[in-house]
Amino acid sequence: MSVRSTVISQFEEVAVAQHRKLARLTDDLRLLESGLDSLSFALIVVRLEDALGFDPFDSDEAIVFPVTFGDFVRLYENHPK
Amino acid sequence: MWLWGSVTGSKASATGVLNGIGADVQLARLATQSCLGGRLEELRGRVVVLAVRDQLTAALAMIELDGVAQRMVLCPPDMSAEYLSSVAHDADADAWAVDARALDTAGNAIAIPVTAEPEPVRAALERCASQATEWILLTSATTGAPKLVQHTLVSLTSAFVHQPRAPDAVVWSTFYDIRRYGGLQIFLRAVYSGSMVLSSAAEPVADFLSRAGAAGVTHISGTASHWRRALMSGAASRIAPRYVRLSGEIADQAILDALRAAYPNATVAHAFATTEAGVAFEVGDGLAGFPASLVGATGDSVELKIRGDTLQLRSAGTATRYLGSHTASLRGSDGFVDTGDRVELRDGRYYFLGRSGGVINVGGLKVHPEEVEAVINAHPWVRMSRVMARRSAITGAVVAAEVVLADTAGAAGTRPADEALSQKIIEHCRLSLPAHKVPVMIRIVAALELSAAGKLVRPNA
Repeated sequence: MSVRSTVISQFEEVAVAQHRKLARLTDDLRLLESGLDSLSFALIVVRLEDALGFDPFDSDEAIVFPVTFGDFVRLYENHPK
Repeated sequence: MWLWGSVTGSKASATGVLNGIGADVQLARLATQSCLGGRLEELRGRVVVLAVRDQLTAALAMIELDGVAQRMVLCPPDMSAEYLSSVAHDADADAWAVDARALDTAGNAIAIPVTAEPEPVRAALERCASQATEWILLTSATTGAPKLVQHTLVSLTSAFVHQPRAPDAVVWSTFYDIRRYGGLQIFLRAVYSGSMVLSSAAEPVADFLSRAGAAGVTHISGTASHWRRALMSGAASRIAPRYVRLSGEIADQAILDALRAAYPNATVAHAFATTEAGVAFEVGDGLAGFPASLVGATGDSVELKIRGDTLQLRSAGTATRYLGSHTASLRGSDGFVDTGDRVELRDGRYYFLGRSGGVINVGGLKVHPEEVEAVINAHPWVRMSRVMARRSAITGAVVAAEVVLADTAGAAGTRPADEALSQKIIEHCRLSLPAHKVPVMIRIVAALELSAAGKLVRPNA
C-alpha cells in the first residue's frame, strides 16, 4: 500500500471512530476544514507511526506544520525511510 | 481590591471592550447596566455557582459578582452535568447564576439567569464591594469529579498586578476558556489593562483568528496544542500580535521556533503555572525549558525548588486550599505546592519531562490514569490495565493502555480475537469518558508488573 493510501485509510478510520464527518480528501483541502479535530489528528499520527514506523513530527529539526491534506501527505512521503 | 474597582480606577479599563462571538460589550456599560437583570443584590454574601455556556456571559458575571458574592464557583462549559451537584455541595452553594434555559438546575436554591447583553436596571445601580470574594476554580481529579481550588482576586492577580501597565492599548486574547486558570489569567489582565477577544469552543479556529485580527489583538495565549492547531489552520497570519504566550503544556523547541517564524515581530514567551500553585515564571528567550538560576532564588515573590525531580512552588499566587470532602492539603508544611511536573537539569537549564504520578496532559487537559483504568477494568474481559501517556506532536500526549485479559468472562462466551477485543474496549471507554481520555490504542499484554507493595508499577511515578 502506498504512503498516500495508508494516510487516506487512517483519516477515514479515525473519522468513523471519532464520529466525525470527513470532507472529501483532496490535496488542497485545509486540514482544519476536513471535519477532524486536534485529537483526531493526534490519533492519525499515532496510527501512522504504528503503520509506517515513523513520526515526521517527532524531529529535532524545525517542522513546518501542514495546512492542507496535500502538505500532510507530503510530510510522510518525503520523510527519509 | 475588587474587579469592578479596577475597571473604574483605570483609564485603560474604563474604555475596555469584551469581544464575544456575537457581541461586543464595553466594560463601562456595567456602570449603569447589569447582565443579571438587576438582581445582583440577591446574590450578596452568597455562594454562587456560575454555570453558563458562553464566555462573554461568564466574563460579565465574574465582574459583577466579585466583591458581592461570598464565593463564586467557575464551572467550565465542558464539565459533565453529573458533577454539578457534587461541585455545588462541596462549595456549600446556595445560589446559581445560569443560562435562562438551565434555571431548573438549581432546585430550591436561588437561580438568576445571566445574559451577555447587559441591560439598564430599574433602580439605580450602585456597585459596592462588601467582601473579598473567594474564587473557586475546578481542576480534574483522580475520581472523575473535579477538585475545587480556592483562590482570591489577590492570589489570581499577583503575577501581574504590580507590573507597570503597557503604555499602548493592549488587546488580549486566548484560545483558553476563561474559567480555566490559564484563560482566567488572561481575562484578569484584560480587565486590569485593556480589552479582550473571547474565544468559543464552537467557533472554527480560522474564524476566531479573523475576529481576533479584526479586533487588533496584541497579546494572545494558548497551549502548545492550541498553537499547533492555529498554525495548521493556514489562518495564523490573520493576527499580528506583539506578544505570543504559551502555557499549560510543555513548550518544545519545535513549537517555539514555528511561532517565532510565524510571528517575527512578536515576543514569544512560555509561562509555567498550575491552578493550585499559581504562576511560577515566564521565559522569553525563545528556548525550551527554563534557566536553572530561577530555582532557589530567594527574596523574589515566587520561590521555586526541586524535590526529587518535581518542581515545587511557593508564591503569593498560590491557592488558599481545596474545598470539599475528598481533599488533601494543597501545600506542604513549608508552604510549597508540589506541581507534579518533573524536570531534568541539562547544561544550566531545566527541561520538563512530563507529569509525576503518570498524570497525562492531552492538549492542556489533565487525565488521571486511574480514572481511565477504572473504566477499562469494568469491561468483562479485562482483568487489569495500566494507562500511560504516548507522546504526540499534535496534542503533547495521548492516552494509551496496556490490558491483561481474563480467561473467562462469565456469560460472555468465547473470547474474541485480541484486535477485535481492543476495539471493543476502546468503544466501551467512549461510552463513559470524554474523547481526550479514551485510549487511542490498547495493547494486550500477558502481565503487568506490580511493586513489592502490590501496586501497579508506573513509569516515572
